[in-house]
Amino acid sequence: MSRFTWFNATALTFGFAFLYLPMVILIVYSFNESRLVTVWAGFSTKWYGELFRNEQFLDAAWVTLRVAFFSATIATVLGTMAAYVLVRGGRFFGRTLFSGMIYAPLVMPEVITGLSLLLLFISINLDRGIFTIILAHTTFCMAYVSVVVSSRLVSFDRSVEEAALDLGATPFDAFRSVTLPIIMPAVVSGWLLGFTLSLDDLVIASFTAGPAATTLPIQIFSSVRLGVSPEINALSTILIGIVALGVVTASLISKRNLVRQARDARRAIQAGAEDAREARAT
Amino acid sequence: MNQPSSPQTPAQPAGPGPATAFHPWDDPEAVPLIRFQGVTKRFGDFTAIDDIDLDIYPREFFALLGPSGCGKTTLMRMLAGFESPSLGAITLEGRDIVRVPPHKRAVNMMFQSYALFPHLTVEQNIAFGLKRSGMEKDAIEARVAEMLRMVQLQKFATRKPHQISGGQRQRVALARALAKAPKLLLLDEPLGALDKKLRQQTQFELVDIQEKTGTTFVIVTHDQEEAMTVASRIAVMNEGRIAQVDTPGRIYESPASVYVADFVGDVNLIEGNARPIGQGMAEIHWREGVPAIRGQAAEPLAEGDRATLAIRPEKITVSRERPEGRNNVVQGRVHDIAYLGNISTYHVLLPDGVIVQALVANSRRIARRDFTWEDEVWLSWSDTAGVVLTR
Repeated sequence: MSRFTWFNATALTFGFAFLYLPMVILIVYSFNESRLVTVWAGFSTKWYGELFRNEQFLDAAWVTLRVAFFSATIATVLGTMAAYVLVRGGRFFGRTLFSGMIYAPLVMPEVITGLSLLLLFISINLDRGIFTIILAHTTFCMAYVSVVVSSRLVSFDRSVEEAALDLGATPFDAFRSVTLPIIMPAVVSGWLLGFTLSLDDLVIASFTAGPAATTLPIQIFSSVRLGVSPEINALSTILIGIVALGVVTASLISKRNLVRQARDARRAIQAGAEDAREARAT
Repeated sequence: MNQPSSPQTPAQPAGPGPATAFHPWDDPEAVPLIRFQGVTKRFGDFTAIDDIDLDIYPREFFALLGPSGCGKTTLMRMLAGFESPSLGAITLEGRDIVRVPPHKRAVNMMFQSYALFPHLTVEQNIAFGLKRSGMEKDAIEARVAEMLRMVQLQKFATRKPHQISGGQRQRVALARALAKAPKLLLLDEPLGALDKKLRQQTQFELVDIQEKTGTTFVIVTHDQEEAMTVASRIAVMNEGRIAQVDTPGRIYESPASVYVADFVGDVNLIEGNARPIGQGMAEIHWREGVPAIRGQAAEPLAEGDRATLAIRPEKITVSRERPEGRNNVVQGRVHDIAYLGNISTYHVLLPDGVIVQALVANSRRIARRDFTWEDEVWLSWSDTAGVVLTR
């Protein structure tokens, strides 16, 4: 199965080249001395310096981070609530309709979502800016959060919540002190998912952004239309670096969890054996 | 209470000591702790509980026994407050609790899955209910320490549930449910996840703890041996109704119906036409040309009623010669022998094709056994050993 063959090696090389060659080129040219993207003229980090002096880019980056943070946070709160009601609320009138509707933004073309939000904002005379982008991003991030959280809630042993009620916790207390800590990993990954989606959204943001606020993807897209500059390469390299850092951290954490689970299982077996020994001794 | 003192006598309610006097259900003055009155529960078209009346007294260890789907779990969940009856009333100490939500009931439950909080330590699990009862911090700590001592888990107080063994988790669940000193403790198949040896040992620990704390226990189980071992009274349930409520001894020795006789323990059922012969006894004419067999009638019956004689395998004597002076005698051929070590079950084929099981203790080693396959044998039992049932 895991034998080395020329076919395997070739498939691997081409597959990874297809995925990563464009990024490698982008990163290499971000350290290019020349202004021309396609001509190598020696190593330099000057475009990184240029980037950090570019007010437009820095403003856009700050707007993007704020939008991502607030929309992910609001979406997490609303999405978790929606998931909880849809999974735990029992059968109430219109439940099937609601659970279908909460997932609709996942499959809705972004252009439609963006356009309809734009029309809404115009019709209620809402000035477009950072606030409208946050609203727009919250709507579609919420759908993702509720998908992630409800799949966790479905696989969750209901009797743990019942035990909390049985021991005197009010329904809200049971949610706060038992349900929420247990579903926390899903809530956090819902937040991260929302944050990332908001970070790289171009279509919806360009419909709902106003002259007062531009996000980084919009900024990059519009400046590339005037020609690719090495500054963009530098910016993209930084973004790739951040994403790679996130992925590596996540995999380290999950590896550590696996190790911890194995250790807990071992301790459980030892605890049982210790108990049996003591029972024999007395 | 009237619990067996040793595992050798699992079904005997008459234990030693003064505790044998505990039978409040016979006392017309006794006030029940829980009272179900005409309780019915429907889920859509399905009737899970069908018009049940039931009294459970303080300090009882009460078992709800039945196959899965008989409604025993629904009945328990109504006591905890997770289900409410469609009809009827449930009272706890005389107060209607139907509309009281679970977190305001002086009732605690031990769940089948244990339902421990995975993110809290053993200590924090036990303290969870105490913290919500507005207790002082010092008092909580003292109570948690007391509970840990009771279930012998002091050493594992700071572990998380997945860092201890299954048997220890079961004890944490018990300690957590008892920490608030509830008036009533509900146990939903509490020992189902344990292996056989640990289960038997834990049954006696449960009885011990129940006696020490004086709490009323209601246990749901499908395991009749478990119910017999721990309970002061058993309610045998069938399809949402209660088939019989009685002490383990009476459930086993004086079943009220064929269903109860068959569900609890092994039994031979011989059907025929009944004839009362006085003094609460009845004869059953079960086949042409052979003498009738007799037993104690469970309820008054008329001549010609269809009835069933229920006779337990261990009450039947197997012999080579026809026994003298016994009314209940049948002849057959040894069809099969199930050797279980301490006992053997003989499956004896009667001429009309009925198989009767007889239990024989193997007081001799295997090579010296009296009967073997295809031997002609006589089966006999005393007049009062069997019960004549009409239901």
